[in-house]
Amino acid sequence: MTEEIIRVENLYKVFGHSPKEALKLVDQGLDKDAIFKKTGMTIGVQDASFSVNTGEIFVVMGLSGSGKSTLVRMLNRLIEITSGSVFVNGQNVAKMDQKELTDLRRNKMSMVFQSFALMPHLSVIDNAAFGLALAKVDKDKQVERAMEALEQVGLEAWANSFPHELSGGMQQRVGLARALAVDPEIMLMDEAFSALDPLIRTEMQDQLLSLQEKHQRTIVFISHDLDEAMRIGDRIAIMEGGRIIQVGTPDEILQNPANDYVQAFFRGVDPTSILVAGDIARETQTTVINFPGKGPRAALQRLISHDREFGYVLDKSRRFLGVVSTDTLKEMINTDSNPDNFTNAFLENVEPVNIEDSMQDILDEVVSRPCPIPVLDNDQKYVGVISKNIFLRTLQQNTTN
Amino acid sequence: MSWYTFEEKIIPMDDWITFGVDWLVENYREFFQFIKFPVEQSVDGITWLLLALNPWVIILIFALLTWKFAGKMTTFFTVGTFILIGLLGLWGDTMTTLTMVLVSVLFCALVGIPLGIASGRRDRFDTLLRPILDTMQTTPAFVYLIPVVMLFSIGTVSGVIATIIFAMPPIVRLTNLGIRQVHPELVEAGEAFGATPTQVLIKVQIPQAWPSIMAGLNQTIMMALSMVVIAALIGAGGLGTPVFQGLNNLDIGLATIGGLGIVLLAMVLDRITQGMGQ
Repeated sequence: MTEEIIRVENLYKVFGHSPKEALKLVDQGLDKDAIFKKTGMTIGVQDASFSVNTGEIFVVMGLSGSGKSTLVRMLNRLIEITSGSVFVNGQNVAKMDQKELTDLRRNKMSMVFQSFALMPHLSVIDNAAFGLALAKVDKDKQVERAMEALEQVGLEAWANSFPHELSGGMQQRVGLARALAVDPEIMLMDEAFSALDPLIRTEMQDQLLSLQEKHQRTIVFISHDLDEAMRIGDRIAIMEGGRIIQVGTPDEILQNPANDYVQAFFRGVDPTSILVAGDIARETQTTVINFPGKGPRAALQRLISHDREFGYVLDKSRRFLGVVSTDTLKEMINTDSNPDNFTNAFLENVEPVNIEDSMQDILDEVVSRPCPIPVLDNDQKYVGVISKNIFLRTLQQNTTN
Repeated sequence: MSWYTFEEKIIPMDDWITFGVDWLVENYREFFQFIKFPVEQSVDGITWLLLALNPWVIILIFALLTWKFAGKMTTFFTVGTFILIGLLGLWGDTMTTLTMVLVSVLFCALVGIPLGIASGRRDRFDTLLRPILDTMQTTPAFVYLIPVVMLFSIGTVSGVIATIIFAMPPIVRLTNLGIRQVHPELVEAGEAFGATPTQVLIKVQIPQAWPSIMAGLNQTIMMALSMVVIAALIGAGGLGTPVFQGLNNLDIGLATIGGLGIVLLAMVLDRITQGMGQ
């Protein structure tokens, strides 16, 4: 399922007069600053290795000057590679000739820029068709596909306007349409939303995510904004001084930062917006009642012997049915004529949450219910529960770090 | 007597140049005829066309051009100008001058725009070209009139060639500037979508540099018109001739109407080309 589409191996970029000399110094163990002092050459990217899987949003994050823009430009060789390899579908971009490179850029990889970089002399639809025009696609086909792309970003009504007539957010949607129109496998997005104001930025992130839902593309997204990275990234690579320090899913990095630099990024980040129910659900400390079990009496017996107040009732395929308490079980056994069915003993108002709900989303639920909240996966199967205790402990852990 | 007292000429550069030009005239006659040929053909063709057409057809053509590029008010001005020129008895001279301007600007554009693009894209070429452009622009025209006459003989064609030399630098410089002013991120965007260097030039750089190139064309036209009187000295004809004759005979009236014709023609051509750049 996780098939890699881009693999980067030991990638280096040296800016300066004789990169080979600088690489030798790197081999001798000199660091970036020492090499700059000695030779005046700058190491833009140093020994970067990672891979990107098909269909994921891979965010490269770092402060300005950390080499992230250089890195992304080496993936389509807008910046020449000093040493190392970039494999796209197994083909080494570093070794491509001009024709192969042109083909890669026209058909496989498109790009969205921070400054939008729309052609001011072209109308919105001609901008969207820009990549197709360069590839000399039929004129009719160009219009058709550009129009489709504009529809995807909701700008079809503006097809004949010019970029300067649009707001920043709309201009970047044209930029996005231009990248989508060539139907690329991979999109490179260089700080694509950074120039937009926060409200529009969130809107664009949502739009990108909903586009991903319809058609999964591989996206390499450059950002300096942690919230953005956390929001849209399936995995994040953190860069500092030209090196990649850590690669992982947002919560892997959040829960286990590789060093102080990474940690510094996360200071002040609200863990409730990043961690989801699935991350903190526990299966221990709870009693599960498999239905059909031995009936309510046996269930009550188990709860009492485990010293628990609540039990979680599942069917044979671990689908969640409801929550019972010792009180409701006792009441049912005493009053019900047909005590083989648990339904009458279920607590009212206990709504299970999904593993993908954020801690923020489930806060109300956790606080207002008497029992720990059950967490279900997308197939409605039981994963575990979140108690008030677990919730608070997670908060405490992440804020004292 | 030593060289450092500077009392005598030590380097006989003037003799060398005289010798060099004589040598060129003798040995490279065919080469210069080859250069002259397309200019001569263009001059003859356009002269024939302008004289064959009824003056009112020409006025109509200019009126339409002005209407398209510069608007209504300027169109009245253009029509009025041409009628005035006709009434002043300058129609024939104006057509000759117009021919010279059109032909020299045509060649300036054909040679100058590619040169400007090349120097806009390559720093080293720019460094090489700049002193040449300085020389072309600042050398007093009288200095190269004589070699031009020696190489190309007198007449309209020589006048046009002298005009080309003088009027080409602005279009080269402004094309260069226009190409350099294209935002690098637009060029990068072109490359990112798989544009070849030629496609970057045609689809990104030239459209972006267009206003600047048009400003260069406009300046080239103005420079070409300012050469009209000087070109008349080598028998090029046109509106320079009455000015030149007026000066010789102290005929202020004749010199002034010649000058007026040049100014009016310059204004018309300026408005049209400025409109084209917008």
